[in-house]
Amino acid sequence: MEEVRLHYDVNAYDFTCAGEASGKLKRSLKNLGFNSAVIRNVAIAVYEAEINMVIHAEGGVIDAIITPDCITVILADHGPGIPDIELAMKEGYSTAPENVRALGFGAGMGLPNIKKYTDEMNIDTVIGVGTTITLKVYNK
Amino acid sequence: MTVKEIVEILEGKIIYGEDYLDREVYKACGSDMMSDVLAFVKEQAVLLTGLVNPQVVRTAEMMDIQCIVFVRGKSPDMGIIDLAEEREIVLIKTDLEMFTSCGRLYSHGLRGGSGE
Repeated sequence: MEEVRLHYDVNAYDFTCAGEASGKLKRSLKNLGFNSAVIRNVAIAVYEAEINMVIHAEGGVIDAIITPDCITVILADHGPGIPDIELAMKEGYSTAPENVRALGFGAGMGLPNIKKYTDEMNIDTVIGVGTTITLKVYNK
Repeated sequence: MTVKEIVEILEGKIIYGEDYLDREVYKACGSDMMSDVLAFVKEQAVLLTGLVNPQVVRTAEMMDIQCIVFVRGKSPDMGIIDLAEEREIVLIKTDLEMFTSCGRLYSHGLRGGSGE
């Protein structure tokens, strides 16, 4: 398998479609023949990050770089940025508004879940400019 | 436990997935918070929830959950049913409350992700 690159756009405020990109990526990984545990880890992490993009930022872009050894996903948005990453990483801490909680999210598990299901996670955030999350899952 | 048994135990109704009555589930989780569902992987699980929106189906999709039970008499709309159909995820509804639904399945031998 040569390197495969995939790109997805995530629309702002479209909660119905949130998860569409993660689902497409999941199906592509399945077609590429990765095992189900690796696929699920990527899918869950990217789904949480995609939901975050819809909740907190005005959408964004997702790029996946897939090699036989590693799946790298870069999620970039132009949202408000994360003021305190350490706090945001705490399970249960959430700044999501009430309407988002009513939809089943905003439990403060997003970033902790992303970290849990990935081998590497890097958050690059600038207040007022945006956030880029890079995650890696190795093919084991 | 099969999908068919779940429907019987919960006095439920199949909304989508008549063709998958023999599908086996080994674990269960009950939650209205999807992030909590996403926090623990369970193989071949059924998800019980009182939440009715497309993200329930998408959460199930990411988790490889193949059966969703809507409790408290809630009904998904066509958009949600279509989404489940595309992904071949069984949808069941029951008038029972969450606690009662979980209790009935537990007493029939179904267990949570930790096996307890």
